[in-house]
Amino acid sequence: MQVLPTHVDVRSATYARNRDYFLARLEELERALAEVNAAGGSKYVERHRRRGKLLARERLELLLDRDAPFLEIGALAAWGTDFALGASVICGVGVVSGVECVVVANEPTIKGGSINPYGQRKVARAMEICRDNRLPMINLTESGGADLPHQAELFVPGGGMFRELTRRSAEGIPTICLVFGSSTAGGAYIPGMSDYVVMVKEGARVFLGGPPLVKMAIHEESSEEELGGAEMHSRVSGVSDYLAEDELDALRLGREIVAQLGWRKLGPPPSAAAEEPRYDVEELLGIASADVRQPFEVREVIARLVDGSRFHEFKATYGTTLVTGFARLHGYAVGVVANNGVIFSESAQKGAQFIQLCNQLDRPILFLQNVTGFMVGRRYEERGIIKDGAKMINAVSNSTVPHLTVMIGASYGAGNYAMSGRAYKPRFLFTWPNHKIAVMGPEQLAGVLSIVRRQAAERAGVPFDEARDERLRRAVEKQIENESYAFYASGQLWDDGIIDPRDTRTVLGLALSAVHSAPVAGTARYGVFRM
Amino acid sequence: MAAPGEDGGGERFDRVLIANRGEIARRIVRTLHRMGLGSVAVYAGGDRDAPHVAEADVAVRLGAAPEAYLDPQAVIAAARAAGAGAIHPGYGFLAENAAFAERCAAAGLVFVGPPPEALRRLGDKVAAKALAAELGVPVIDGFATAGLEPPAIGRRAEELGYPLLVKAAAGGGGTGMRRVAAAAELDGALAAAAREAESAFGDGALLIERLLDAPRHVEVQILADAGGRVLHLFERDCSLQRRHQKIVEECPSPAVDAPLRRRLGAAAVALARAVGYAGAGTVEFLLQGDGSFFFLEMNPRLQVEHPVTEAVTGLDLVRLQIEIAQGLPLPFDQDDLELDGHAIEARLYAEDPARDFLPAGGTLALWAEPELPGLRVDAGVERGAEIGPHYDPLLAKVIAWGRHREEARRRLRRGLAQLAAGGIATNRDLLLALIDHDAFRRGDVDVAFLERHPPAELLAAEDDADWAAHAVAAALYLCHRRRQRPGPLPAGIPPGWRNNPWRPQEQIFEHRAGRLVVRYRASAADRFSCEVTATQPGGEGAGEARTIAARLLAADAGGELIAELDGVRRRFRLGLAGRRLAVHGDGRVCELMRVPRFPSRRAPALAGGCAAPMTGKVTAVLVAPGDRVAAGTPLVAIEAMKMEHQLASPIDGVVDAVRVAAGQMVDPDEVLVVVTPEPETTGEPGAGQRSPGAG
Repeated sequence: MQVLPTHVDVRSATYARNRDYFLARLEELERALAEVNAAGGSKYVERHRRRGKLLARERLELLLDRDAPFLEIGALAAWGTDFALGASVICGVGVVSGVECVVVANEPTIKGGSINPYGQRKVARAMEICRDNRLPMINLTESGGADLPHQAELFVPGGGMFRELTRRSAEGIPTICLVFGSSTAGGAYIPGMSDYVVMVKEGARVFLGGPPLVKMAIHEESSEEELGGAEMHSRVSGVSDYLAEDELDALRLGREIVAQLGWRKLGPPPSAAAEEPRYDVEELLGIASADVRQPFEVREVIARLVDGSRFHEFKATYGTTLVTGFARLHGYAVGVVANNGVIFSESAQKGAQFIQLCNQLDRPILFLQNVTGFMVGRRYEERGIIKDGAKMINAVSNSTVPHLTVMIGASYGAGNYAMSGRAYKPRFLFTWPNHKIAVMGPEQLAGVLSIVRRQAAERAGVPFDEARDERLRRAVEKQIENESYAFYASGQLWDDGIIDPRDTRTVLGLALSAVHSAPVAGTARYGVFRM
Repeated sequence: MAAPGEDGGGERFDRVLIANRGEIARRIVRTLHRMGLGSVAVYAGGDRDAPHVAEADVAVRLGAAPEAYLDPQAVIAAARAAGAGAIHPGYGFLAENAAFAERCAAAGLVFVGPPPEALRRLGDKVAAKALAAELGVPVIDGFATAGLEPPAIGRRAEELGYPLLVKAAAGGGGTGMRRVAAAAELDGALAAAAREAESAFGDGALLIERLLDAPRHVEVQILADAGGRVLHLFERDCSLQRRHQKIVEECPSPAVDAPLRRRLGAAAVALARAVGYAGAGTVEFLLQGDGSFFFLEMNPRLQVEHPVTEAVTGLDLVRLQIEIAQGLPLPFDQDDLELDGHAIEARLYAEDPARDFLPAGGTLALWAEPELPGLRVDAGVERGAEIGPHYDPLLAKVIAWGRHREEARRRLRRGLAQLAAGGIATNRDLLLALIDHDAFRRGDVDVAFLERHPPAELLAAEDDADWAAHAVAAALYLCHRRRQRPGPLPAGIPPGWRNNPWRPQEQIFEHRAGRLVVRYRASAADRFSCEVTATQPGGEGAGEARTIAARLLAADAGGELIAELDGVRRRFRLGLAGRRLAVHGDGRVCELMRVPRFPSRRAPALAGGCAAPMTGKVTAVLVAPGDRVAAGTPLVAIEAMKMEHQLASPIDGVVDAVRVAAGQMVDPDEVLVVVTPEPETTGEPGAGQRSPGAG
């Protein structure tokens, strides 16, 4: 396979500007993650410790194998909202007793670990990762249940979690629940629906109704320990399968349970020894544009992600705004579909064809999104850009090989869809901090609205207030700019997290490894291609 | 005896059985093979996979018990079974057993050693001493205790004057030897020495001698052929001793000049002649500062420290022993022999100098011999060896030769520093401290040197050592090992990688000086930023954290690790056995215990339990339940590694239970005696406080 050449000028002003921008955004990311990791703040952290309990992240670290990586999912959930950053739950993929698992840990120092709408969506996403990739799940449970003032947003969709637990169980994907503290009312069904339950002595509290409710309902006096303690559930009710002496013991038991699953990955192992890229990944920070309106050569990015910077390009001379080809990543063979400009009919057709080839080969696809959309204009409409865009969306939608999507710049319009955006269920989706996502660019959107207003005024025969229009235009632009900001997008769980571009290769290696826990198989079934 | 042939003899036997084990058996096998002779190893108790067994042509099992090495019948049967024509006894075991030598002869086997008669005469130390006196060789005043009642022994001891030395009449080395400073200690010393002598030699007979003031131990190597020619191969100085056992030996002695050498040599040759000696032997003397010397004993065998003589004479003493046994004459005269340069040997023992030389048992997790110019390593062990209580704790001898003493000393220093031994305690650091000591550099040491300079003093510097680099190497090695195991992830993922970094990876080690906590983050699969914190036992007093930028360059399954630490490329050797991890680097060995992430849920140690410090055999139980004991009162005597150790009560209290009996084997940490603290004296309960009828 050919080694991609590089033409990056590390001394150029653009390079320096991009790099400065990225470093500033990464600092922002670091600050945001520090806030996430501070959990409930020193007061609540200390109170938790005084109770002799481990922090959620301490539990997580002890659960994972030593030196194992952990790919955290949705770390910035609820960014820009009134909810705690991270949505008071930790989710991610890690290795426990040599098995890749999804771990979900409640953050008990934030509002007692209660679940808010963002946390619920984050957990739902974690469950989706389990299901799609056939990964066992481990819950480190200590939650006060639903954040009651938000019950309206939680109650109905929340029920889906329990259904999801048992459906996964039916598919042979086990869930292990280690109960460290409260898991009451509806939350009691988390252990209740899990395949393996460990409860910590004098810690676990698992009941449908607590002492006050029981007293109100049936006038029975009872303690929490009697209603739902680990001893009772392990010796009397059978809700718990293992009685842990303490938190460490619970984590040890959890590790043992995973060890005895005898888990086997069903996807093929890497087909070749990995080779580091030839070029310095550090340069990604100067290559990708700070301003997503500035195009950049996507092959420079590919050259810093794939094994040995080797890339077998497919259809290099046709539909050149979409780059397609084969490469290896950490030894796994992948297809790559990457934007190198606006999508034209030819690019869309090429994309649709290449996606079919990857399905024919059972090959996972890496989408590198930097797209301002499909080309517009009379000439392109006449040539059926809709038809061709539909072909690519058809192929992406029906493709059954795992998709991994990285947003490395703009993600606007139907380009988001054709390039396996969130709604197209890529197995994992990460973004770079320069990433912008919206139906279109803020300027264009504000401009479109302005034109509509002007036309309305003309039709109504009223004078057009230029000053007011300018104010509105700027306000809309600002709103769209904010809503398309990578951090906002990540806060909305439109992706699995913002990553340092220099970590992209590692993230993709972990994601590829995770998807290979399930069988990797393509399809020959698509919707009708509009010809 | 057959006449020697032109071809150098060898007609009488072409296969030799080595009735020994460890380094000496391996060393004899090497010479046999070099001579074109076949070798037969024997083994017993736990030695099936020992290197001496593997290296010999064939091997014969003597029996299950370690004592089988002492069984003449089994050894002779083994020689027959394997077709050996001769038996080399090495040292120890059957080497000085006259009856065995006779049985060999009766079985038509050549005993590679002196005639039985010479063995018998020299084996009786009292008679040997008398013979020396007869020959005009000075001897130390003393008497044998045999046939004397305790009061008579006391009187005779008083006459001789304290301090005195009690030693076994049979056997050699330091076994059964006790220094007695005053009359009050005499009875205890006699009893303990007798037990040790009985156990080691099957003969509890003892000698009492006047103790000289700080003499040197100087011995003369002699060789005698069957034709009656006796030569000496100069002296060895073995003054550095612990517990009357040699640990550093050299040739020539820094305290012996040419005239003295001639006098010593003449005395040794005269003794050998007088007993009709043949083969290799050693005549031991104590040498005082004024040049006066006294006959100690003659050892009718190859000595442990013979390699220093070989190094300066260029001779192979085992080859000469065998040639003599073949009936060949010595191929040189006294005048042909010359001293070439200087050689020093250090004996590496599995023992803990910091704990009163307590023999160490366990897995030799780390073992790598240095290969350096002028250095010879005679080792009895290999990596992974199980060091048990049954045999001598000698692991290896490191012998350095140099053109002059200082070069030999430097080479030995380098050799010892590069010798990677770990997993169990060894005296390596003490040996290094000894040969670095000014007194040794000056050649000014005597047999009491280690009593005046105890290990605690000599090893003081080591306790303050900075182990950060070793701890980092240990953490990197463990990380590397974990990553070598088959796992679900591609190999290129950096260890412990996080997209949301929180705390670094952490590896905690227990170390003699406290805890060493290594925290590290990897930026790539081979690049780590590490932080090492040393804390006192119990986690208090966290020291300043040291940061080290590390790059792992290479690591292999054999435990070699090459890493760049803060820009300096360094090589480490690591050995792992269970939780123990020994790290050798920069000439130092760091012994670590991994602290598991999930502590095992074993019952807490029994309160008041006094546990065995090592594997061994209980020789005497000294207390009974109900006895009142003070802190320091001996509770149980344990024999391990041919030495007796006493388990003392840690507290004042009452013996609650005795869980062992004499003769029983015990494991380390096994509770032998339970002592409960003396109950607080409480007043009589007031009669009025008890209700009538209660109780």
